[in-house]
This record gives sequence, structure tokens and C-alpha cells, in this order.
Amino acid sequence: MPQDGPLPPGLEQALLGNLNAAHNLARWLVRDPAAAEDVVQEAMLRAIRYAASWRGGDGRAWLLEIVRNTAHGWLAARRHRQEVPMDETPGAEAPDPAPDPEAALSGRQERLGLAAAVAALPVELRECLVLREFEELSYRDIARVTGVPIGTVMSRLWRARRALLGTRAERIEA
Amino acid sequence: MTDDCDHNRLLLQAEHDGELNPANAAELAAHLAACPACAATRLEMAELSRRLRAEVPYHHAPGALHARIAAQLAATNRAPTTPRMPLHRQLPGFAAGLAMAAAVALAILPMRGADIGDQVVGSHIRALQAAHLVDVASSDQHQVKPWFDGRLDYAPPVRDLAAQGFPLEGGRLDYLDGRPVSALVYRRARHAIDLFIWPAASHRERAPAGRVTSGYNLVRWSEGDMVFWAVSDLAQQELDEFVRLWRSAR
Repeated sequence: MPQDGPLPPGLEQALLGNLNAAHNLARWLVRDPAAAEDVVQEAMLRAIRYAASWRGGDGRAWLLEIVRNTAHGWLAARRHRQEVPMDETPGAEAPDPAPDPEAALSGRQERLGLAAAVAALPVELRECLVLREFEELSYRDIARVTGVPIGTVMSRLWRARRALLGTRAERIEA
Repeated sequence: MTDDCDHNRLLLQAEHDGELNPANAAELAAHLAACPACAATRLEMAELSRRLRAEVPYHHAPGALHARIAAQLAATNRAPTTPRMPLHRQLPGFAAGLAMAAAVALAILPMRGADIGDQVVGSHIRALQAAHLVDVASSDQHQVKPWFDGRLDYAPPVRDLAAQGFPLEGGRLDYLDGRPVSALVYRRARHAIDLFIWPAASHRERAPAGRVTSGYNLVRWSEGDMVFWAVSDLAQQELDEFVRLWRSAR
């Protein structure tokens, strides 16, 4: 059946069908309700603009890749403006700390709720964890969304989980 | 902890995530049998996943956001997308861009309670300007009707009037009064007719049955539990004729 709409057939349904996943990812990445909505809105505009790059299917990984990149753009713009982050769940006072923060984090995790512990993970670990645990993406799709090799996805997932398991895991390893 | 454990941790995790290569399954099983620490880690990982799903909130999209996106998509299906500057060139105006995106979404959301007749004419004009009258182009009512399945929570009646001089051109999804609605498109010579159909229960109608807005003729009627609006730049007499034929066709 001919379809002369600007959006390829099925894309509108795919975008709406993955709206919750898009919002959940944006919310976990920017950690601010209003900013998450802005990011989703902007990501949808981009998805519409890049409609030609959609390869059919449920479009989940395709859309989440756009959402992820939009969210990182937002985070970079915020850093650029040197604004104070708006969210601040307890324990997230040092967002996205520098290299190998897991050891410092892990002692703190046990005093926090699990949700706050996830929010306090460095963003590159947090996005892998959210995509795997909440969206149940395959390693391959997570690699695509986050733009790193599968091996890196596996090690980031492991680091995220180890940080959440906290000191108990460290004890077992000792 | 050994290098062997390091290696097997990733295998363990792959097993947990349903990604373990069968070739590695035997290797992992042998290691687990010999290494209580890794066996314990395996249980902890399962427990962590369970707790993540049970204790950590999943952020569903708020209803208002869903409505904005749905309206935006419906509008896009009527208008060609315009290329924009790549994002990195817009920095540091990114925040402004986000605000603009939100404003665009708000602008295309019809104001609730605004005059339905004006909205109908507005939708018709936008579709004409964007040269995007139809999402599904077909003169076959048996192709147009099923196209709306799954796109709407009701099934609009579709009738062909080709024999009577008003051929069906197709249908599109539109957005009126805060809800998605069906629009059927008919042609009379060089004039397009939009026929909007939605369930009567969705709002109360007090507008007059026939009128002129911005040079477009409008005819409203209801049939069963559906409300119908026909809009066109056809002469009122011809539009009335279209409506009469449509209502008598089955």
C-alpha cells in the first residue's frame, strides 16, 4: 500500500511504543524530571529528522541511542554552563565522579537506598545498567546505544553491579 | 581471587544476562563447581537484579508528555520535516533549543475547548499547505478502513462515492480537541474535501450545522454515535450534495 507520509509506516507506532523506555533512560541519565522531558522531546524531534535511518523493527535500540546522545548533549551543556545540578538525590552530590569511583562508592552504597545508589553511579556505568536491567537490551544493543564495543559493555556492567553489591562483594573477593 | 575468577566473572554475568555462548557454558560450570566465591557472586547477581526491579522506580512517561509527543507525531505526518542545524553547532544554545522544542509542541496542541469548527478548518488548511492530505492513499474503502485499526480507539465508517463523482483519495490521522481523529479525503474536480469523524461522546457539540469559516464551508452532522465534520472550499451547495450522498451511501 502506498504511504506518502513523511514518517515511514510503523515509525509513529514504534516511537510511541518506546516512549516509556525513552523517558526512563532520559530520567536516569539526567536525573531531573523536567530536563528528562525536555530531552525526550528533543530526542523525538531528532528521531523524526533521522527517520530515514530507521531500519524497521521495534526501533527501541535506535530510539534509545538518540535519547542517550541527546541526554549526553544536555549533560555536556550543563557542564558547559557550570550550573549546579538540579536533582540531588542524597548521595548524588558528586555526580559522575572521575576515574574508578567504584571503590569510594561502594562503602556508601549500603547507607543509601538502591535507587539512590543507581543514581550515584558514574553515568557510563549507570546507562549500561539501566539498559540491561530495566530495558533488558542485549549486549549488542547496549553497545550500539552507548557507542562502545561489547567487551566494554560487559566490563561496565560488571563494575556497575560490583558497585551496587558494595562492600559485601569486596569481602567475598578478599 | 584469581585471574581465572576475573575471566569467569564475565562468563557468569553473561550467563545471568542470557548471553552465554554455549561453548563457554561447560567452562563456567567447571569453575563454579570448584570456586565457592564465584558461586556466591552468581547468587548475589540474581538477587541484585530482583531487587533492582522490585525497589527501583521505573520512570514511565507522564501522560502530558505522551500527549505532546503524540500530537507532534500526528502533525509531522501532515507536514514535511525541515532539516535543522546539527546540535553541536547550536551549543551553547541547546537549552534554548529544548525550550523551542517544547514551545513547538505546545503550539501544535490544539487548545482544549477552542471552537471545534475552527480547529477542523485549521487542520484542513494545514494539510493542504503541507501537501499532505493522506497518510494512506487508496480509493478502496476496504484498504482505508483497516488502516485506522490500532491507530484509533474507534472504527470510523468509510464509504466510497466515486460513482457519484466524489472519489475517495485516502485517509489520515489528525489531532483535534486533544484526541487523535480520522480524516477521510475525497476529491471533487480540483477541490479536496476532508471528512473528520470521531465518537460523539468525546465532547458536546453546540456549533451550528452549517457555516463558513475563512472561506471554507463546513457541514456538521451526527450519525449513530459518531460526529462528522465535512470541510472544503467547494461551494456550499456542492458540499451539501456530498454530505447527502455520503449519508445515503452504505
